[in-house]
Amino acid sequence: MNLTADLMIASPELFVAIAAMFLLIFGVFQGNQSTRLVSWLGVGVMFIAAILVLAGPVGRVVAFNDLFVVDGFANFAKILLLLGAALTLILAVPFNAREGIPQFEYPVLILFAVLGMMMMVSANDLISLYLGIELQSLSLYVLAAIRRDAVRSTEAGLKYFVLGALSSGILLYGMTLVYGFAGSTGFDDLAAVFAESAGDGAPIGVIVGLVFIIAGLAFKVSAVPFHMWTPDVYEGAPTPITAFFAVAPKIAAMALFVRVMLEPFGDLFDQWQQVIWFISLASMILGSFAAINQTNIKRLMAYSSISNMGFVLVGLAAGNETGVQGVLLYLTIYLFMNVGTFACILAMRRQGRMVEDIDQLAGLSRTNPKMALALAIFMFSMAGIPPLAGFFGKLYVFLAAIEAELYTLAVIGLLTSVVGAFYYLRIVKLMYFDDPLDAFDQPVGREISTIVFGTSVVTALFAIIILVFPLLDSAANAAATLFAV
Amino acid sequence: MLEIGLVHYLTVAAILFTLGVFGIFLNRKNVIIILMSIELMLLAVNINLVAFSVHLNDLVGQIFALFVLTVAAAESAIGLAILVVYFRNRGSISVEDVNMMKG
Repeated sequence: MNLTADLMIASPELFVAIAAMFLLIFGVFQGNQSTRLVSWLGVGVMFIAAILVLAGPVGRVVAFNDLFVVDGFANFAKILLLLGAALTLILAVPFNAREGIPQFEYPVLILFAVLGMMMMVSANDLISLYLGIELQSLSLYVLAAIRRDAVRSTEAGLKYFVLGALSSGILLYGMTLVYGFAGSTGFDDLAAVFAESAGDGAPIGVIVGLVFIIAGLAFKVSAVPFHMWTPDVYEGAPTPITAFFAVAPKIAAMALFVRVMLEPFGDLFDQWQQVIWFISLASMILGSFAAINQTNIKRLMAYSSISNMGFVLVGLAAGNETGVQGVLLYLTIYLFMNVGTFACILAMRRQGRMVEDIDQLAGLSRTNPKMALALAIFMFSMAGIPPLAGFFGKLYVFLAAIEAELYTLAVIGLLTSVVGAFYYLRIVKLMYFDDPLDAFDQPVGREISTIVFGTSVVTALFAIIILVFPLLDSAANAAATLFAV
Repeated sequence: MLEIGLVHYLTVAAILFTLGVFGIFLNRKNVIIILMSIELMLLAVNINLVAFSVHLNDLVGQIFALFVLTVAAAESAIGLAILVVYFRNRGSISVEDVNMMKG
């Protein structure tokens, strides 16, 4: 494999990296009045990167001495995270202009975070995995604290930094143990080592290292018991950043989680399945019950994302192809529901100030029927009511769990989704049956209303979309590439 | 004469790592101490990597250690920068005061 071929394989990442540095220089010369232009250019960069991903090689190819892999699974995850990042960046354009976040670094940092995420999902070695995670995390810490003059934003950044650095340390310690006891950092080599010793069990050092790695990755996807940073960071960070946090890093970290568990550690399935089983169950239960008492809608979305990650992990705990297909479908649906909900939250403004209390939505159906309808669609979908999108996500992960005979997990998961339905439907009740408050500010901006419209159509008509577009097949093909090795 | 082998290095690294983790959770005074604890954890990881690298006679571990050092430097720079903006807003870097939002 020569250098040119390697560079071609990594062309989407290289393009994002070079474009982000170019935009950084452009912003430095033009100053903060260029923020809007740089943001739209950033959206364009992600669009072109998505085209490069689609135009890339078909089938599994590795590059840079097996450090980097491109396969159907990586491509599916990359398209999802590029879409999520681009949509949330579009949401940020009007927000940044009116709330006074003038920094042109905002879109540049998002591009660097996206680059880190693309490296994460394409990692084929513990070293490239670590570098991808750190590039992503370091950009995210700064993004959480981007509103330099607000106590809450900087506090969110500080908390995110401390707990994120702790999780990186735990992850690294696990990697060193795996490296020491298995003798390699490459995923292919590790898989070969574990396949050889599958009969007599892996050394205890590898098992300890594996548990540390799971703990570190569970931090990144905010699964219980490593979720404590999520509500505070979601509440403190500026809302478009929260929307970004809820979508792109979760998709990337979950794709990475699935790859690490199934590729290098695939033969240790019996060892890690019980750990994933536990964190999945704990996330679903805590996410549903803790959300009931929340009054701030961003905190509510934080707990909602914790329980959603629990549902996604059900697919991983199943550990079969249906499970991975369910994970990818769930993440796709999760992306549209979350971007839409956060777009609605961005439209919650009264007399020029953002309001974040759930009570403020009272009577929205009379003051702004369109937005109330869209938000009701998202809430019904998150509660998993057919025929909306959220139902299909849950259907596929629980099908996989039944296939893998994880009956306890499936039953308790369904019960927690009933608890979850309580707080989602409470929002619908507030909007449709309570006395109206003053109307929210109008107009909300073309970008926001377009995204609310688009995502609510996708969420509402998902049953038709999976019939018309080959989404199920492409998710199944992407899942199959992980098991073909 | 006692020879210092892999186990000794791993023990030292494990103790340092544990100290780092406890430094983050038990410390109630100062955020700077948390930054130092994070650094301690990453250095413990480096001892592990280099010890394993020598033991396995494989250079990858030492390359990994160099990457970790580089990333750790970037990480402390960003941590300190966030700490500075936080101090400007809050006027304190005591851990007890990081409580505007209750989690």
